[in-house]
Amino acid sequence: MIAELGLAALWLAAAFAVVQVLLAWGAAKASRVTGERAAIAGVELMRALRLTTLVQGLLALLSFLLLIVLFIRSDMSVVLVAENSHSMKPLMYKVAGAWGNHEGSMLLWVTILAMSGAGVALFERRLASGTLAATLGAQAAIGLGFYAFLAFASNPFVRLNPAVTEGQGLNPLLQDPGLAFHPPTLYLGYVGLSVAFSFAVGALVMRDVGPAFAKAMRPWVLAAWIFLTIGITAGSYWAYYELGWGGWWFWDPVENASLMPWLAATALLHSVTVLATRDGLRAWTLMLAVVAFSMSMIGTFLVRSGILVSVHAFAVDPTRGTFILGLLGLYIGGALALFGARAGTVTQGSTFQLVSREGALVLNNLLLSVILGVVFIGTLYPLAAQAAGVQLSIGAPFFNKAIAPVALVLVIATAVGPLLRWRRDDLNVLLGKLLWPASAAGVTFAVMFVMTGATHLLTVLGLTFAAGLAVASVLPLGRRKLLRTPLHIWGMVAAHLGMAVSLAGMAADSAFTLERLAAIKVGDDVTVGPYRVILADVRPTIGPNWSGLEARLSVRRGDGRPFDLFPQQRFFSTPPTNTNEAAIRTMVDGQLYTVLGQGDDQGRWQLRLWWKPFVTLIWLGGGLIALGGLLALIGRVRRERRQADAETYA
Amino acid sequence: MRRLATLLVLVAAVPASADSKLPPSALAYTQLRDPVQEARAKALMETLRCVVCQGQSIADSDAEMAGDMRALVRQRIKAGEQPAQIRRWMVQRYGDYVSYDPPLSWSTAPLWLAPLVLLGFGALLARRAFAKPRR
Repeated sequence: MIAELGLAALWLAAAFAVVQVLLAWGAAKASRVTGERAAIAGVELMRALRLTTLVQGLLALLSFLLLIVLFIRSDMSVVLVAENSHSMKPLMYKVAGAWGNHEGSMLLWVTILAMSGAGVALFERRLASGTLAATLGAQAAIGLGFYAFLAFASNPFVRLNPAVTEGQGLNPLLQDPGLAFHPPTLYLGYVGLSVAFSFAVGALVMRDVGPAFAKAMRPWVLAAWIFLTIGITAGSYWAYYELGWGGWWFWDPVENASLMPWLAATALLHSVTVLATRDGLRAWTLMLAVVAFSMSMIGTFLVRSGILVSVHAFAVDPTRGTFILGLLGLYIGGALALFGARAGTVTQGSTFQLVSREGALVLNNLLLSVILGVVFIGTLYPLAAQAAGVQLSIGAPFFNKAIAPVALVLVIATAVGPLLRWRRDDLNVLLGKLLWPASAAGVTFAVMFVMTGATHLLTVLGLTFAAGLAVASVLPLGRRKLLRTPLHIWGMVAAHLGMAVSLAGMAADSAFTLERLAAIKVGDDVTVGPYRVILADVRPTIGPNWSGLEARLSVRRGDGRPFDLFPQQRFFSTPPTNTNEAAIRTMVDGQLYTVLGQGDDQGRWQLRLWWKPFVTLIWLGGGLIALGGLLALIGRVRRERRQADAETYA
Repeated sequence: MRRLATLLVLVAAVPASADSKLPPSALAYTQLRDPVQEARAKALMETLRCVVCQGQSIADSDAEMAGDMRALVRQRIKAGEQPAQIRRWMVQRYGDYVSYDPPLSWSTAPLWLAPLVLLGFGALLARRAFAKPRR
């Protein structure tokens, strides 16, 4: 019964989306007609449109909640539950199982899409009503494609007859609190960009591209970007502790699929500021909004369709594959066609000099776009080659070589940009401001070069640039009264400082990490960096749905106080899988990372140990970046509210 | 009977992922004694793909195959071979697929040129945003 209700709610939501498109069309048309009767009709239509959008969001949410109920009740008469859940699973992973598969994740996608449409309908008051109507219409049109995809090619509510007594379980690698909430976080980011896309379509349709549109779009871009930042940071930390080899970024296609929307959103975030503040970069901002959402669609679909593993995986389910390609072509092609048709009428807006805040932001956009392009080509090139009959792999060596130089120039732009004035600035004044950052960078370079020599040039440069950026990023606070500094300035400072912190962590990890692989008996010891590690014990252990082995490592750093670490091996039976649970000790100056490997017949156990100085800075920086986004979001929304109130009472 | 039960328990206790009964080669999970050689081996391992895994280098994979390849890399480095030689040998054996660092050839030229082309094209586009400098 619950499954049927869920499906009914889904169809109803789709029906409301159709109504929403029609109402949006009517409201957008009415907004162009002048006269009292048209105005009244317009207001009525807008009210109906807002209500429809809200109902559509609630119905989608209901459908998704019903799917979660099915998973919690372990209803094995539903195919999706039987294939992806197990009655013995802890409750949290039963819930997370609802979106840990293709159909459920698509339903989550469309739910967030519909809910954010409802959010726009509820909260957006300042945008011209015609543009708002067109925006909501575009949002519903995107939703319709996904409803169709769910209903015809990925129905999550299909019954299994006869029902099975037990399910097949969830991939144990995914049974981790971090990963349970990783996909929803990323999806919030992806779908937030859909709102930016809808705003862009609305503005293009109504030829209303200006600061008001940019200010309406900005909070959504910021929110999406915050979620993407958190999602990527958390995903990276998950890979780091769960995969058991100490790596934190692999240039894996799935990672790239989340990085590409982030790069586009970062560029969009900066160009939308130029549009909102200076009414410049109009066409470019629209283009970026289209690109950003295209990247999140491509990201979702590439990951979910299995095409990234192999072109052949794509052919396993041609219905889904074709549907996916059709939707991609329809939305991206449609948006690009609309852009092409209208871009001629959108002027670029006010111009500016090369040495100016805008100039630095254009450089930022240029470099981010280049990085995005390189990641895009590097991710899809093996697929194209495979289709042409050539097998090749593209990984870290290519991406590091192609991206690192561009990224280092981007760091300079990040350091310099906030120190420049809008429209026009003096190069000599700028050079004066750069004295402190340049000194910090110079000292770091000298110290690092003496310490490590020329062999690690890239990591030395990474630390050098990080030091310069760290100093430069706090300079905008220099001559301000800190308590009266607007929140969004604090946000920018925090985010740019976060970049520096993260970069320092990455460089430190690759320059200073010490590795120790050993096979030792219980009672023996090994050293890694400043630590002496004794294998004190290995004993069996058991969890809710796994059995395993647990080692007790007694660790001591110099003459410090000894402490214990407990790395584990876990054996899951449904489906049969082994996982390593690394035991990690976080210090002020880095992390000690320990993994228990297999034992041999002579009683020796493999141990993998790493001392990773300052590696935590990578994710700390990611957190700072997200925090910066949050501060900027709060600051911007509050300022908008105040201005809106001032206009109302004026 | 009890002996049979013990045997069954022992068989069941064998970890499910072990692909074969052979113990892993020593160098799959231990380092070379010479830190310079080990660093060279490690740098090479990070650029070689584990051919049975999904997108992992042999430096960070639990697969038995990756362990064998690590052992092989370490043995050859220890014997004094250059990393480039070992990569060539791997590519001859497993194809270009095994190297994460695609060589520059006609089929990869667009890939390696992409960053420069994008940068040039982007710079041309960006020029239009700026005001013409005043005389």
